[in-house]
Amino acid sequence: MAGISMNGLSKVYPGGVVAVDRLDLQVEDGEFFALLGPSGCGKTTLLRTIAGLEQSSAGSLSIGGRVVTDLPPGDRNVAMVFQDYALFPHMTVADNIAYPLRIQKVGRTERRGSAEETANGLSLAGLLERRPAELSGGQQQRVALARAIVSRPSVFLFDEPLSNLDARLRLEARTFLKRLQKELGVTTVFVTHDQAEALALADRMAIMEHGRIRQIGSPREVFARPANTFVANFIGSTPMNLLDATVADGSLHLACGTIPVPADVRSLVHEGDTLVVGIRPEYLTMTPGEHDDGLRGTVSVVENLGTYALVTLENEAQTFGVVTGEADEPALGARCSAVPQPGRVLLYGAEDGELITAERTEQQEPAEAAS
Amino acid sequence: MTGVFLVFPALWTVYIGLLRYSLTGVSASAPTFRGIHNYTDALRDPLFRNALKLTIFFVLLSAVIGQSMLGFAIAWRMRRSNAITRSVVQTLVLLAWILPSTVVVFLWQALLSRNDGTLNALLRSGSTDWALSHPLATIVVFNIWRGTAFSMLLFSAALAAVPNSQLETARLVGASGLQQLRDVVFPHIRGHVLTNTLLISLWTFNDFTPYLLTGGGPNHRSETLPVYVYNVALKGGQLGFGSAISLIMLLINLVVALFYLRLLRERRRA
Amino acid sequence: MTPNSTEVVRRSLGRIGSYVFVCVITLFFALPMVWLVLTPFSTSPSYRVPSPSFTLHNFRDVAHNPYALGSLKNSLFLALGTMVLVVVLAALASYALSRVRIPGRDALLYALLLLSSIVTGTATMVPIFVMIYQLNLINTQTGVVLVMTGGLLPAAIFIIKDFMDAMPRSLEESARVFGASPLQILRHVVTPVVRPGLATIAVWAVVNVWGNFLLPYILLQDPGKQPGAVIMFNFYDEGGQPDFGLIAAFSLIYSIPVVVLYLVINKRYGFRFQGGIKG
Repeated sequence: MAGISMNGLSKVYPGGVVAVDRLDLQVEDGEFFALLGPSGCGKTTLLRTIAGLEQSSAGSLSIGGRVVTDLPPGDRNVAMVFQDYALFPHMTVADNIAYPLRIQKVGRTERRGSAEETANGLSLAGLLERRPAELSGGQQQRVALARAIVSRPSVFLFDEPLSNLDARLRLEARTFLKRLQKELGVTTVFVTHDQAEALALADRMAIMEHGRIRQIGSPREVFARPANTFVANFIGSTPMNLLDATVADGSLHLACGTIPVPADVRSLVHEGDTLVVGIRPEYLTMTPGEHDDGLRGTVSVVENLGTYALVTLENEAQTFGVVTGEADEPALGARCSAVPQPGRVLLYGAEDGELITAERTEQQEPAEAAS
Repeated sequence: MTGVFLVFPALWTVYIGLLRYSLTGVSASAPTFRGIHNYTDALRDPLFRNALKLTIFFVLLSAVIGQSMLGFAIAWRMRRSNAITRSVVQTLVLLAWILPSTVVVFLWQALLSRNDGTLNALLRSGSTDWALSHPLATIVVFNIWRGTAFSMLLFSAALAAVPNSQLETARLVGASGLQQLRDVVFPHIRGHVLTNTLLISLWTFNDFTPYLLTGGGPNHRSETLPVYVYNVALKGGQLGFGSAISLIMLLINLVVALFYLRLLRERRRA
Repeated sequence: MTPNSTEVVRRSLGRIGSYVFVCVITLFFALPMVWLVLTPFSTSPSYRVPSPSFTLHNFRDVAHNPYALGSLKNSLFLALGTMVLVVVLAALASYALSRVRIPGRDALLYALLLLSSIVTGTATMVPIFVMIYQLNLINTQTGVVLVMTGGLLPAAIFIIKDFMDAMPRSLEESARVFGASPLQILRHVVTPVVRPGLATIAVWAVVNVWGNFLLPYILLQDPGKQPGAVIMFNFYDEGGQPDFGLIAAFSLIYSIPVVVLYLVINKRYGFRFQGGIKG
């Protein structure tokens, strides 16, 4: 059991591409930690650097208090599950699971015993003599997990562990993975580009862009208060409304209506400031007809999403989304208003895209240090 | 360790290359200090020119035209054939390719023989000695028979990679077979055509089997460069002269290869 | 005629033409082989395709010929020796080439591939003869094995590298994370995964050496060391009336290993390119 600690960790590829840029990050012991970001943001490189598959260019990395920056992968006591599972096609399931023990020169019978035990725990009992090609995607994934578990590593590293499963199986595997991680209590870092997956699985997560961390926090924090417009855009299954506004008479004037400045940041904005207002569609309450307080628009698209619908409202200059219950679906072309729920309006600087907040100094530290 | 694996074969090839080169130089010049004369003599030798001309015909007719076209035609036709026809035809064509050359030569001598030859029996053409009366045609047809398999295999693989959806799109808009070939298939396999032409040209250029079939005769009428070199150098004992011709042949190989590579690169850039 | 019926005629003509094409092709490629299948069992072997008769007498001739069986052994030695060298060296080299990024690697490979078709060819016949002569390897089977290996190696590297490239890197990385050494990775992971590739070049090397005539012909003068391909030619070239029975039976015997290898490969892997030679 061990936490992971990174100080000023960088990875620069020959040719000058900076994949990981002077990164400071602590992953606590037993934590399920997600690295989230669009492709090319450096999250996979960071994971591979922790594994030792990439040699870091600068900075230090320790696992469980032991500096491992220059150790080869095999000496770091980590286990990795690859996106394609990397099961050896010529070995049986049992041989695959036991492979780490074979490298550690564990005797054949003991190896076999450990493999069986681990396989049983992951409901792979009847499949030990099969080859990977004869297994379903979900089974292959569990074999890869079993192979990672069997050598009792201090850290698990998962590279997009769910992305090769089809949609339905992915949900099952997600629940399974979270339960497994809690049962084993092993520090786990996993990489994903799917924000829903990160929100669902992680205890804490880091959102990355261009080799830097844009925000670190619990899923709840990250969802409710994105630290900048980049994170705001990235997190949430329906994109956050980001609308230009100006401050006048103590209110926010948007092209589609006027709303009050949130109380907690009233002292931080000034008359005449231009800002970006961020409101999640889920945090807007829609009522038919035009009202003075709120955002107004004409219904142009209604997307049914099961128990709720995503309604797109259009005004001359602005388009924004509102989530409504299945009972309140408006007709196309209807004029509607939407009122933000209290405490759910976020303000971002028009220039830097950073969240305007009373805790600005503490919150912004990591991002500023990185930039 | 990777260094050793990497460097060893490279050095091995360079080593052979260097040795061969220096030995070529030495054996060509040292005994009599003839130096460049071997080369000028070779270029002036009418038999050399004859061999060069024959070789070019041989390569163009049997490889570039014969093997490529026939190989493509078979590959194209086999797409629509049932499994049995396909495996019979492909096995026969492949057998022609993989049987030992000496065996194959006997088969062809039996086929072409003046007395009792199968071909004469089939065509009721009396006792024509095909190898004597049509030596160039003989080795051309023989080489087509022998080498078509490679083109067939390569084009089969290439055709399998042509997306069916594109062919179906072409069919939906009413393209004929030839139009499909021209507009859909050919752009996909252009690279394969080049690679195929390059390899079979070089192989045919250096092929020694015609010697076994006709010995270069009659009267040098089927004496391609490899046969000519063999006759001059190893049979006639003129090692220096032979080396000079060898080097010229290597240069021709190189020029042909560079020409194709250039075409290939232009295609990639386009 | 209406356009419609023209179309029908055209299409049926096309279909007939295409069947005729298949028949002609089959005939063209099968015709020379008829002799090979029938003559060895004929009581009166000649160039003529024999009328049906059956005897094993010709095979007895082969067994009694002083050189025939020995030449088969020689062929086997040359083929297996070259095969082992080619497979081992090509596996190591292609693994290195596939995993190390060096500029101009593909150009180097292409150049090697082109060279290889020349080394075993005839343009270098004289230099190779002189070189082997000076190395005192003339009239030795080692010399033939070395030259054949040099000639086949580049293409073999080319073929296996394709298999290596197709192998997911995550397999090796996975083994590395578990602490496997490079040698362990090569033994436990790489070799088993590319085994079809190794089998392919092994067979390909054997078939190539088995059928090669020119190199052993110029490098080996002692009939006791010559492989079957050369001995067979000597049977014919020895002057006088060639012994067709002996030649036919020996031809068949000599062809069988190649055909068997073909069938095995065809059954196990399908005899086609693995995309090895791309455009």
